[in-house]
Amino acid sequence: MADTETTAATAPPTKRPPRTTNKALLWLRRNLVTLAGLCTLAYLILPNLVVLVFSFNKPNGRFNYQWQRFSTDAWTDPCGVADLCGSLGLSLQIALWATLGATALGTMIAFALARYRFRARSGVNALIFLPMAMPEVVMAASLATLFLNMGIRFGFWTILIAHIMFCLSFVVTAVKARVMSMDPRLEQAAQDLYASPAQTFLRVTLPIAAPGIAAGALLSFALSFDDFIITNFNAGSTVTFPMFVWGSAQRGTPVQINVIGTAMFLVAVVCVIVGQLAGRRRKRS
Amino acid sequence: MTTTEAPAPPSGPAGAEPLQARKTPARKRLVPYWLLLPGILWLVVFFAAPLVYQASTSLQTGSLEDGFTVTWHFATYLDAIAEYWPQFLRSVLYAAIATALCLLLGYPLAYLIAFKAGRWRNLVMILVIAPFFTSFLIRTLAWKTILADGGPVVGVLNSLHVLDVTSWLGMTEGQRVLATPLAVVCGLTYNFLPFMILPLYSSLERIDPRLHEAAGDLYARPATTFRRVTFPLSMPGVVAGTLLTFIPAAGDYINAELLGSTDQKMIGNVIQSQFLRVLDYPTAAALSFILMAAILAMVTIYIRKSGTEELV
Repeated sequence: MADTETTAATAPPTKRPPRTTNKALLWLRRNLVTLAGLCTLAYLILPNLVVLVFSFNKPNGRFNYQWQRFSTDAWTDPCGVADLCGSLGLSLQIALWATLGATALGTMIAFALARYRFRARSGVNALIFLPMAMPEVVMAASLATLFLNMGIRFGFWTILIAHIMFCLSFVVTAVKARVMSMDPRLEQAAQDLYASPAQTFLRVTLPIAAPGIAAGALLSFALSFDDFIITNFNAGSTVTFPMFVWGSAQRGTPVQINVIGTAMFLVAVVCVIVGQLAGRRRKRS
Repeated sequence: MTTTEAPAPPSGPAGAEPLQARKTPARKRLVPYWLLLPGILWLVVFFAAPLVYQASTSLQTGSLEDGFTVTWHFATYLDAIAEYWPQFLRSVLYAAIATALCLLLGYPLAYLIAFKAGRWRNLVMILVIAPFFTSFLIRTLAWKTILADGGPVVGVLNSLHVLDVTSWLGMTEGQRVLATPLAVVCGLTYNFLPFMILPLYSSLERIDPRLHEAAGDLYARPATTFRRVTFPLSMPGVVAGTLLTFIPAAGDYINAELLGSTDQKMIGNVIQSQFLRVLDYPTAAALSFILMAAILAMVTIYIRKSGTEELV
């Protein structure tokens, strides 16, 4: 009896190490997907952290690729580099106009496609899909060829035209998805309640389509603001913010670029969080 | 279309037209065309017409001084392929590797958000999207710092003998990562990863979690459940994601320029330099047409394959 008890008591310690490794292995296996996903998340965020950290660097020489010493100089003087804030302002301006243009044109197309049956439908759908399935260089080079041969001067207007062109499809896709998923009976109900077509559109259709329109507008703002390839071909000597960054990669990157990159990241995070909170509050009330 | 139909309804070819016109007034029938007109006009003038125009440019000969004229010079295409086939091949290869890596890296994260994140879902989603609000050129330049010679990443890869393997595969050279194919592929993977994650997530999110329980009840192990239930149901996301990463990656020239050296030039770099530096417009036009045709052909085959074998 005592013998068996001692063996029972001593047996576990000898067996425990393999069991714990088994447990660890089991845990690892069970959470493998989660761990892999978190690794990918880290891969996505790593460059942003580097941009943040190097915005506090005081580089030796022109290139900001190696850590030298801590400094807040760039943060206190973000416009201290010639042309940087000018290009930033130009990019914001173009993005704003491109968003307005693409959202207006794209929303109209989306409503036509989602609401009406007409003969040219499949052709229109193909024309909307193609710009998204085309490498940017091809679009950029062909549009620039056209401008060049028509003798149009490259600059603000050619950039704006190009940006509206490539943002359009994304707006159509976003708005169309929203309008298609909307219950047509809501509009019928409004009409049954003697709403005029204009009233139905303004009080029922538009509010329901609004999130899709907002998504399309946000997307085109982001795409336009960040576009380099198409702008590079159609800008001439005009310099947008991405083009400034591109040029600085060859000449030497000022720390201010990291400051602006970090600021953009923070503004985006704050906007998203505010949007989430607002959405939650609306749902609650 | 609108202009031809508006003034002449009686001369319409089919007899059904006037009948329909009586049912709905012509003004209302034209509403979709008026809605489409400005946007479609924009796309026709600034997207479709330039492509046609570029086709004619690719068949021109001449010089900047004397001007270019269409001479149906098809040899431009042959010369372009003969001279730049390595860059074409490299673009397809890098884009394919980057797409495969995106799928490998993106799938777990999309799965995590769709099924495991629970109340953290919104936070993880923000963390996926928010980095992309920093200008992507700035983020790509950050990879120069991360992959720098003698930096921690290269140090770790070296001590794990990973660089020996990648050098043997021809992806790196010696003790460095920057200015090698690996750096370019790493940049491409990074830049196009969200285009893989978002479609994957939206198709995974639609899968009813009860299907997993059902598979478990039928004694399927997790791996089997994934292979037989989850993955086939996520195929629309996989197809959309791979297309959304492969197409832009094949035409990209930013990663090859910033993270690679002259040995890693992709076809986008060639088009860019032909157009903006050499000013040889016919060659640039021919190159971008070949790229477009090649991608369209590959995409068509791919969609057909994935449609018949896995989607059904």
